[in-house]
Amino acid sequence: MAAFLQLDQVSKSFGAVTVADALSFDLQAGQALGVIGPNGAGKTSMFNLITGTLAPSSGKITFDGVDITRQSSAKRCRSGMARSFQVPQPFSGMTVFENAMIAATQAGGMHGAEAENYCVEILEQTELLDRANTPAGGLTLLGRKRLELTRALCAKPKLLMLDEIAGGLTEAECTSLVDTIKAIHGRGVTIIWIEHVVHALLAVVDKLMVIDFGSKIAEGEPRAIMESPEVQQIYLGIEADG
Amino acid sequence: MNPSDFHVTRTSAVTKIAVVCGAIALIILILAPYWAGRADMRLMGELFLYLALASLWNLMAGYAGLVSVGQQAYVGFGGYMLFALTIFGGVHPVGAIVIAGVLGALIAVPVALLIFRLRGAYFAIGTWVIAEVFRLSFAQVSALGGGSGSSLPVGIVRSLAESRSGREHLSYWLALASAVIVIASVFFFLRTRNGLALSAIRDNELAAGSLGIDIWRTKFVVYIVTAALTAMIGALIFLQKLRISPDAAFSVNDWTAFVIFIVVIGGIGTIEGPIIGTLLFFALRETLADQGTIYLMVLGAVAIVIMLKAPNGLWGLIRSRFDLELFPLSYRVKIDTSKEKD
Repeated sequence: MAAFLQLDQVSKSFGAVTVADALSFDLQAGQALGVIGPNGAGKTSMFNLITGTLAPSSGKITFDGVDITRQSSAKRCRSGMARSFQVPQPFSGMTVFENAMIAATQAGGMHGAEAENYCVEILEQTELLDRANTPAGGLTLLGRKRLELTRALCAKPKLLMLDEIAGGLTEAECTSLVDTIKAIHGRGVTIIWIEHVVHALLAVVDKLMVIDFGSKIAEGEPRAIMESPEVQQIYLGIEADG
Repeated sequence: MNPSDFHVTRTSAVTKIAVVCGAIALIILILAPYWAGRADMRLMGELFLYLALASLWNLMAGYAGLVSVGQQAYVGFGGYMLFALTIFGGVHPVGAIVIAGVLGALIAVPVALLIFRLRGAYFAIGTWVIAEVFRLSFAQVSALGGGSGSSLPVGIVRSLAESRSGREHLSYWLALASAVIVIASVFFFLRTRNGLALSAIRDNELAAGSLGIDIWRTKFVVYIVTAALTAMIGALIFLQKLRISPDAAFSVNDWTAFVIFIVVIGGIGTIEGPIIGTLLFFALRETLADQGTIYLMVLGAVAIVIMLKAPNGLWGLIRSRFDLELFPLSYRVKIDTSKEKD
């Protein structure tokens, strides 16, 4: 079976800084891939390359059987990609519901009542329905993170990309968010999730990838990867033989 | 809570009252020739044209984020097209206004391709430079009076209506119609999904782009449509003035600075803002008309105070206090009480 998303030798550098160094990986439909790595390793840049906010210097990206390397980010989005931002980017002058509606009508391609009902349904899942009429600018951090998730889901994505969505949340908030993401994955949505909160990540993903200096260090079964000496050394700063 | 217990609405009691009040006000204004004096009608006509210009600038700057300080390019262009088409083309003035709009859209395409390469402050300065290029170009056309300008021949003025009062009524109705058409177009556009996308661009371009909104194309369309309508308003303005010169037609003060003042004090990025701003601007202008330069100083002081005390303008202040909306644009999710009773 052909990969749902494939990065083939993708590189990108800004002068001397390399954010992606011949990065290659495959993702099958329905999989959930966790991505970890130190700050500045190029995790968010990888999302930017996949969604089209950054153009790669070389390499090829294939999504759902189509070469999207030169496609605009708007087109990639309409073909079924949605992401959340590490630093929430709400449409702050609009209500939570209107934020959701934009995703549903633009990226999701829905109209009128269909879009409205779909948004209500998603807001119910992401536990924001009681704040549907609140201006997005007035939400708490958890609320904003949930809004990022809501918007990504209202886009009806085939591939959902989450960027440090659990960062900065309390333990209880994190647990309820993990449950929501688990349920979404359970419905067959393919997920890539960048996260520093490793235990949240391990509760959901079925494959883990470690990135440092823009290149892939390790990839495989989550627990095995976490226990491998090179990951412990690079990611956690512990000496391999210590 | 169950999703089926909710329904989504865009109207409220306030918007319904606003529609009724708006309709009554419109009827009264249409009948103005029967109750208002000549000077009042002239003033109201000017007010409507400013309202139309301000609503257009608000759509472009407040929603699409295109802060142009060169809209006088299209006001002047429209005015000159009216003179050229009626004097040399023999076109009826009302037809000339429509053609001026089409030509305004056409000239805006290459201008947009050029200035859309600039960002932020550079874009603003770029638009101003373009407007100056327009002014200098039209000053070279000796057939239209060159630098000193020209007047609309009496025959063309007569073709509007035989009597003076007939002409005054017609130009009043044209001004009123232009304001109503512009506000209605802005409102109905903003209610569509493309309008929602435009509001998204206003709030956050990064997120808008990631949700599949083609930002460049959306801004391009808004710029072209705004240019076309601004050119039509320009033609109408100089049909009332009956005389055109490069300095009057491409005045940055008259057609852009005052318009920005109106939008900013009224509330940028809202439909209601330009309406309140226009009323306040004319109220200030009429009370301070005899004060000379004091008038401009007061305008400046008002702008500074409002920007400091109410950065979202007067309408922003009212809206945040009372959660009010006159034009039904926003969505409200309501608990369906009828189902709970079942």
